[in-house]
Amino acid sequence: MTTITDPPRQSFQLSMLLNDTRYRSFTFQAIALILLIVAIAYLASNLARNLEQAGLNISYEFLRNPAGYDINQTLIPYDSQSSNLQAAWVGILNTLLVAFLACITATVLGVVAGVLRLSNNWLVSKLMSFYVEIFRNIPVLIWIIIIFTIMTAVLPAPRAFRGDEPAASMLFGSFAFTNRGIYIPGPQLANPLFAATALNWVLVLLVLVGSSFGSRALSRWATAKQEATGLRPTTWYWTLAIWFVPVVVLLAIMGLSWEYPALKGFNFSGGIKIGGPLIALWFALSVYTGAFIAENVRAGIQAISKGQTEAAASLGLRPGRVMNLVVLPQALRVIIPPLISQYLNITKNSSLAIAVGYADITATLGGITLNQTGRAIECVLLLMLFYLTISLAISFVMNIYNNAVKLKER
Amino acid sequence: MTDTSSQIAFVQKEPIPESPPPSTAAGPVKWMRDNLFSGWLNSLLTLAALWAIYVILSGTLPWLLNGVWNADSLAECREILNGKTGACFAVLAERWNQLLFGFKYPADLYWRPTLAFVLLFVAVAPVLFFDLPRKLLMFTALYPFIAFYLIWGGTIWSPIFALAGFAAWYMVFERLGKNSFVQGFFGGAAVAAIVWGIGSFITGAIAPEEPFLQAVPSRDLGGFMLNMMLGVTCVSLSIPIGIVLALGRQSDMPLIKIICVVFIEFIRGVPLITLLFVASVMLAYFFPPDSTVDLFLRVVIMITVFSAAYIAEVIRGGLAALPTGQYEAADSLGLDYPQAMRLIILPQALKISIPGIVNVAVGLFKDTTLVSVISMFDLLGMIRGPILASTEWNGVYWELLGFAALLFFVVCYGISQYSQWLERRLATDHR
Repeated sequence: MTTITDPPRQSFQLSMLLNDTRYRSFTFQAIALILLIVAIAYLASNLARNLEQAGLNISYEFLRNPAGYDINQTLIPYDSQSSNLQAAWVGILNTLLVAFLACITATVLGVVAGVLRLSNNWLVSKLMSFYVEIFRNIPVLIWIIIIFTIMTAVLPAPRAFRGDEPAASMLFGSFAFTNRGIYIPGPQLANPLFAATALNWVLVLLVLVGSSFGSRALSRWATAKQEATGLRPTTWYWTLAIWFVPVVVLLAIMGLSWEYPALKGFNFSGGIKIGGPLIALWFALSVYTGAFIAENVRAGIQAISKGQTEAAASLGLRPGRVMNLVVLPQALRVIIPPLISQYLNITKNSSLAIAVGYADITATLGGITLNQTGRAIECVLLLMLFYLTISLAISFVMNIYNNAVKLKER
Repeated sequence: MTDTSSQIAFVQKEPIPESPPPSTAAGPVKWMRDNLFSGWLNSLLTLAALWAIYVILSGTLPWLLNGVWNADSLAECREILNGKTGACFAVLAERWNQLLFGFKYPADLYWRPTLAFVLLFVAVAPVLFFDLPRKLLMFTALYPFIAFYLIWGGTIWSPIFALAGFAAWYMVFERLGKNSFVQGFFGGAAVAAIVWGIGSFITGAIAPEEPFLQAVPSRDLGGFMLNMMLGVTCVSLSIPIGIVLALGRQSDMPLIKIICVVFIEFIRGVPLITLLFVASVMLAYFFPPDSTVDLFLRVVIMITVFSAAYIAEVIRGGLAALPTGQYEAADSLGLDYPQAMRLIILPQALKISIPGIVNVAVGLFKDTTLVSVISMFDLLGMIRGPILASTEWNGVYWELLGFAALLFFVVCYGISQYSQWLERRLATDHR
């Protein structure tokens, strides 16, 4: 008969910190902690001594001082007497604006190019691979500068539109492409409901959101009806009505009219002006990121095994419905995560605005404000904080989405 | 018995030769029907594509073919062209040296970076192509020191002592590393530090007044050479750092893991340009007072940190993709952590990660153009700065930007083609 005895209880010895795998990780972590603290202390002491030598300190007071420079494209009220903080807000909104615009156009471009690259049409698919390869392999900064050069060096000056036989003319009489920017018709409200213009547009947006809820409720009702009776009621004209009637009525009440740009003096006035730098940044980010998105879309569609398409076809679905009901829902699970990281890339690449003088956060806070106040550390830290917040927010949303669409394995 | 064969009028003895398919079902006509005009939508797309190709070619071809290569200024180009459309490639013919080497690098020393560039291929070849003899890796190990000496020049003793330090590190590691990786690694580091200390002391004492290769300060570097140097240096430095970060992020030790996660996510969350701002305006505050670290080195540090974070994520993907059985097998063989990683886990994980690493490398190489924003004169900085600002060439946008785009396209497309070849080569699963 054998008995199992406990191993003799060893008392803790100092050498076990190095030789015993149970305790060794504590040693390593302690060493790492000490090294980290020493490194941080070293850098901090260097920083303190350097600042002392230069007669500087860390202070965010400069944010309250007047900025003293003009910004040509602003979404919120701003003049050169506004504070540096206000300038930073202008920059933040401009960053978000260009990122938002570029995300939309890049997605459209990328999806179209990705689907066309898989087309049966030899010429079209080759043309699309050409597009993808060209745009993916050339730095985005070069693209931004190329499009900016087109905007400033190729498009005509406003005075080319002058005279009886002008060298340039407006597209449809309402769009003017000049080297100072693109002028498009702007909406005007004759009798607005609120004094602040923005509030009226928020109201329009709210109505549209309400319409979207309405149309979803309608489609839920139709599905319920279909499940109960087997017949789906025809709803498309109701959907159209829900989408358009409220917003058209609201705009009619507020008296919507379009103000067209017109040549006055040396420049165009009226309408909305989209500056050259914004266009350059927007288009360049769109075509560049569009090429990457096209690759993601292609990979996503190709990841769906051929059997799925064949099974759907053998059920009698037409090619369009095979795409919509079988391939795309599965492909989206593959496409969306890289797509969102492309959105993140667009936001980060929008910092290249500084190269063409678009007043985003990098150009205002990290460019002019930094150079005028000399507050390098504070400005760069605030800049990093902003981008970090955006990235963390986007990856947070992505994680929620990933958990929602994850294959439920039981 | 009758002779049946005589009753049959005709017997076919040979097979009838295949008749060619109708012209609509074979050859180019069928191909075009299948691939270009299979339906009205397809035909429409084909016509649209043809129109797009026509627009692109009719816009660029005359411009390309009419190019002027011999002129001294844009005005002279226009005189020669005499109103016709045409490119003014004369700017490339006149300023090629500035575009490639920057405007300060001494012209009689161009052979040095060129030689370094040529040797780069020799050094990289055994890394990229596994069939080449392994002994060539010796040259790869020597290459950084040779390239440093060729590009910067100056006293030969600094690269020699740097090399001697690494050689001593390697020898100590060979001796001690068999017992314990930690002992070998840190013992080697200590010996190398001693060698470098002695080396810097001796170099200061015996540096000749007139070095064999004239010294070139790093602020004189520029042009495409600067892009290449930043790309190659930062990618090769960031791979080992990336491996360490990836292992740290996978580690069981919570403190190490937290440090690595915070570092990686922080770096990945901010754009490269803010890190370049750090390099140009902020990093100097963190060095000891009165020390001067030149801008090139500061930029190399920040770009390396940047790409290390991305490479760490790629390698983490490779580590996560390995089946748990590999880790367990290593444990059951009784290997300790460094052995298991070096012999079993990393060789497989790195193999899976190669395409991702190449992607990061291509992206990073493209991003080296961003240094033009912090007023370093790389290829793009040269174009936007000295060349377009000169009186002769003010306004020659397309030729210069097209040249820059072409250079980057050739390099990046080449690397991505290599990556695809490698993926096919490394595919060990049987499909």
